[in-house]
Amino acid sequence: MSRRLPSKDVVIVGLGWTGSIMAYELAKTGLDVVAIERGPWRDTASDFNIGTAPDELRYAIRQDMFLRPKQESITMRNNLSQTALPIRKWGSFLPGNGVGGAGVHWNGQTWRFLPDDFRIRSHMTEKYGAAIMPENNLIQDWPVSYADLEPHYDRFERVAGISGKAGNINGKIIPGGNTWEGARSRDYPTPPLRQGYAQDLFTKAATDRGLHPFPRPSANLSTAYTNTYGCRMGPCTYCGFCEWFGCANYSKASPQTCVLPVLVREKTFEARTNCEVTKVNLATDGKTATGVMYVDEQGQEWEQPADLVLVCAFSLFNVRLLLLSGIGKPYDPNTGEGVVGKNYAYQTGTGSTAYFEDAKFNPFAAAGSLGVALDDFNSDNFDHGPLGFVGGASITCAYTNGRPISYHPTPPGTPTWGSAWKKAVKETYQRVTSVGAQGSVMSYRGNYLDLDPTYKDPLGRPLMRMTFDYKDNERKMSGFMADRCDEIAKAMGAKQTVVKKLVGPWSVVPYQTTHNTGGAIMGSDPKTSVLNRYLQSWDVSNVFVMGASAFPQNAGYNPTGTVGALTYWALDAIKTYLKAPGPLVQA
Amino acid sequence: MNGARLAAICGAVLFSHAALAEPDNYVEAARGKALITAGDCVACHTAPGGQSYAGGLALDTPFGAIMTPNLTPDPTTGLGNWTADDFYHAMHEGIGRDGQHLYPAFPYTAFTKVTRADSDAIFAYLRTLPAVVNAVDRNSLPFPFDIRAAMIGWNALFFTPGTFTPDPKRSDEFNRGAYLVEGLGHCGTCHTPMNAFGANKADVFLQANQIDNWIAPNITDDARLGLGAWSVEEIMQYLSTGQTANTVASGPMADVIVHSTSQMPQTDLHAIAVYLKQRGAAGSATPAVLAASDPHMQSGAAIYVDTCAACHTTSGAGIEHAFPRLAKDPAVQQDDPASLIRVVLAGTRAVATNAEPTALAMPSLGYRLTDAQVADVLTYVRNSWGNAAAAVAASDVAKLRTEVGGPVNAATP
Repeated sequence: MSRRLPSKDVVIVGLGWTGSIMAYELAKTGLDVVAIERGPWRDTASDFNIGTAPDELRYAIRQDMFLRPKQESITMRNNLSQTALPIRKWGSFLPGNGVGGAGVHWNGQTWRFLPDDFRIRSHMTEKYGAAIMPENNLIQDWPVSYADLEPHYDRFERVAGISGKAGNINGKIIPGGNTWEGARSRDYPTPPLRQGYAQDLFTKAATDRGLHPFPRPSANLSTAYTNTYGCRMGPCTYCGFCEWFGCANYSKASPQTCVLPVLVREKTFEARTNCEVTKVNLATDGKTATGVMYVDEQGQEWEQPADLVLVCAFSLFNVRLLLLSGIGKPYDPNTGEGVVGKNYAYQTGTGSTAYFEDAKFNPFAAAGSLGVALDDFNSDNFDHGPLGFVGGASITCAYTNGRPISYHPTPPGTPTWGSAWKKAVKETYQRVTSVGAQGSVMSYRGNYLDLDPTYKDPLGRPLMRMTFDYKDNERKMSGFMADRCDEIAKAMGAKQTVVKKLVGPWSVVPYQTTHNTGGAIMGSDPKTSVLNRYLQSWDVSNVFVMGASAFPQNAGYNPTGTVGALTYWALDAIKTYLKAPGPLVQA
Repeated sequence: MNGARLAAICGAVLFSHAALAEPDNYVEAARGKALITAGDCVACHTAPGGQSYAGGLALDTPFGAIMTPNLTPDPTTGLGNWTADDFYHAMHEGIGRDGQHLYPAFPYTAFTKVTRADSDAIFAYLRTLPAVVNAVDRNSLPFPFDIRAAMIGWNALFFTPGTFTPDPKRSDEFNRGAYLVEGLGHCGTCHTPMNAFGANKADVFLQANQIDNWIAPNITDDARLGLGAWSVEEIMQYLSTGQTANTVASGPMADVIVHSTSQMPQTDLHAIAVYLKQRGAAGSATPAVLAASDPHMQSGAAIYVDTCAACHTTSGAGIEHAFPRLAKDPAVQQDDPASLIRVVLAGTRAVATNAEPTALAMPSLGYRLTDAQVADVLTYVRNSWGNAAAAVAASDVAKLRTEVGGPVNAATP
């Protein structure tokens, strides 16, 4: 029996980056806001003691902060001809759990997508002709431009304190920064991190080859910083415990460091943790949400009525909640009709591991975003004509960590155990680096999300089913990138390199990246998108959906910068909406 | 005091248990609210999780726990039947409505300096509070301290009633600061050492005192131990926001900042700062600095680099507005290292205010440092980068560890 609570102005599903920003900005205007989060409360002071936060076994191996399969799993298959099976352990990607979401345990690479990324279909077709577009693709232009988002990228960077070096301020190209980037209105709020010896070698090798390396933008801050909300952050200590860890030094931007200190002071804000939203409730007309249902820790079901519902969970779970709530028509890959679950995409990871004879690197002096990158092979910064693929990658030489359990590279041919292995680990630890390419993934007819017909969660709701594999376009693109990485690695002086390309079907088992995108995409046409350009549901106008689920396809970058920009972009639209509720774009 | 107004207040007392302020009394009540904020009365007169001013907090004293009374206008359990005269009597002389002596845990030794007009304004504000029924055991002290008449003797020895008298040779601002610090703000209650009878020693006013296993540090103008290196603006910033660039408030002072000083007008904070800076310097003589070759210093240096330097930096400079500076910091060099020991053992959290919302935390390290290691690292901190203070003994750490709790390293002897 569910129990009904007094109505709120705004209910927010999930208290990560997007949920906390929305909660703070809206509570600040006096609105009554409740955020419902299925995981626990977390904050730096009580959860990330400097003495225990860098516990690799607890956090990286046993995945202390991540979603547990018993809370939610998915089923997975590579294509429509297969039967999807549930995963028993999260692997290829690790969704967060609890306040802060994935913003707690991310590495902190904070990119702006390039101007061409937002109109990729038009741009590629205009420049190369329709033939360059891959088979069965569903690539769409974004309904917003880089220029639309620029001020909002800036707002997010100012809240997160991002460390970097601009390459293009109002059209003025600045050597040493990312000269390929879209024009930004001003430089990053803090200077770039200090780089290591491997990055120096990479910079020299890349520059010698006519490429344009730059320190990659980082949410691990180079200096102390006070953000636009008045929150204080400390400088990064390069401890190398970023990804999969909470930062105990207040130096990684996260909801904990950048938003919660001011959010918890808002008297009209309330957080309910360990409470899982099960459904967005709709009025009988199906066009208005009346609030959400959720289940608390004791298993009690509650109805939380609200005037406005903001879906701010992790991208995959945004899509599932829409499917479970009947918001938007589910996508059917056979007919091509429907929109929810469509355009699911991911990321490619290829590159070259470089073994040196004389070098002495310090992989332990690391940070999640420490590294030098180049964008000469990203987006359409290079000639795709002779290559026959769409998309690109950012190429980076980085040290995110040199942690004792997971980081012990050995050259090919080393035994996997015993004294020879130990000797090789010891000899190799400081003599290896890598050049990696994080690449775009386009959207295709057969890559999508829907509800599984067989498997259910503990509450009896269908699990989500993921149907995904890399297509020829991505294999071609990422292979090309791996070769570019290898060239640079050799030019850096590596005596031996090992090239990694995509091989075989995509596997859900080994960790790859948690950059899952799409499924509730934004667009200009309700027939091909779930959300309008303001992240507002085409079908239910008092529902807005934040996050990377809105990306029509994925670019060759980490998603968080763009997720942050879209949040502030949508925030302004929501403020307009609140003055006169209704669709912000007429279908 | 306006007679008609007093009559109005008495009328409220006698005839209206709803205890709403008379409409014409609003200005007086608002003034009283500002004064009661400066006095931080809510801190002691509110139980954990209880209603503001409804009392019931157990105040630990060396003589036992004293339960604070209910100040709301409830007639049976609060001050509902009190008059402004009764209230002033309590503030000025430490004697309750029933003629019983109050214990000096209620700092009437300071409040005696409060003017009658201010006392009346505070009382007027208390009348506006919702009446809360909260019966408090007012006789919780064990024998012989439960004999309140004993306070007659105590008062004879340690207490002279008397309203604050401005010093005509000083500025109005200094006198305002003195009135707030010595009187209503009762800063000396925590910051002045006590004698064996629990009385603040007048001759060492504001020269540091241990309370609840924290050190309320020296706040005279002493260069090494007090506010000598602080500017007036820094003192104001600390009281107003809870921090300066180099230090943050935590522990009991965090509560004072949240409930009191962060809500006080800047003019009053300026007056307090001006007063404190002119109080003169008074601190113990600078001890000889321990040599870096001392084995405890060497051990402490190694622990410091391993455990502390990531935030506080190897030079002890800290990070402005994030991690407090340890070099030449008065709090680090207090004669009594209790605060230092407890924050290392149990951790602490900075105060959060609207101006400074990020309440950074010092993590607890007692679970992995032995008593000797804590002593050594603190000895190192207290004798490095220009600091000079007595070495910390492992036995001091062991004693405090039993008081402040926190996880214990299995290796601790």
